[in-house]
Amino acid sequence: MSDERHRDYAGAKIGMWLFLFTEILLFGGMFLLYSVYRLKHPQDFHNAAGELNTIIGALNTLILITSSLTMALSISATQKGHKKLSTLFLVLTILLGTAFLVDKYFEWGAKFHHGIYPNSPELLTYTKGKVLFYGLYFVMTGFHGLHVLIGVLILSVMLVLVMKTKIHKTDFIKLENSGLYWHMVDIIWIFLFPLFYLIT
Amino acid sequence: MDQKETQYHIVNYGTYMLVWIGLVILTGITITAGSMNLGGLSILTPLLIALLKAGLVLYFFMHLKYEEDIFQIILLFPVIILTIFIGLTFFDISFR
Repeated sequence: MSDERHRDYAGAKIGMWLFLFTEILLFGGMFLLYSVYRLKHPQDFHNAAGELNTIIGALNTLILITSSLTMALSISATQKGHKKLSTLFLVLTILLGTAFLVDKYFEWGAKFHHGIYPNSPELLTYTKGKVLFYGLYFVMTGFHGLHVLIGVLILSVMLVLVMKTKIHKTDFIKLENSGLYWHMVDIIWIFLFPLFYLIT
Repeated sequence: MDQKETQYHIVNYGTYMLVWIGLVILTGITITAGSMNLGGLSILTPLLIALLKAGLVLYFFMHLKYEEDIFQIILLFPVIILTIFIGLTFFDISFR
């Protein structure tokens, strides 16, 4: 090993996991809010959830699952020293993340077109439970979308580092921690999808 | 560099592909189940499938299967905290 710098991989990863726990609790609080309001307004939530586009939701689920796969493959490729393959998988992950956001843009766009957006005159004519449902929908998918956007930006930096061989076979902790973040964002969507699009 | 620090498990591409196929199948099942009328199970079923999917991602994609035990142990903390929060909240609202 020519590089004598001390690195603490286990420590770096535990630090990343601790950060992810704060993210889990952030979204956990919102999931809790959702559950309580769902319990209080079952019929309104039933009606509102039926208005969301399940096909777009399912498509986004497939996109994120696949991007998690390419992310994991990229790390394995780096560990094996396959720089080109790792770069390819990373580019695919970034493209899939972007596709998710484009999809989200059209989904929200359609809702805005129907006059449904936070505090819109149209929305305020709805029943209380439905207003709460859409409020939670915009906040939770919005927060999640923000995380996808941040993930795409982080992975773009990682792509540059991989291409410059700053991330390589013996030093890949940055890529691995970025991967952990990306998978966590995927897990949050795994719960958001059934709660907003499927359970009606 | 410490020898121990350089040891890590390289997961096969094939393993990841299998996990991905599993995730896609579970997604298919949950969408199909969502379109059926399962009555009282209509909320529980998709949530259990989501938990299973999250487990697959955590265990394989996030390497929990290959890491030291400490990672699985510390993961219990947010899970326990969330369980307490959710439990206490529902205890509160169900007795109002």
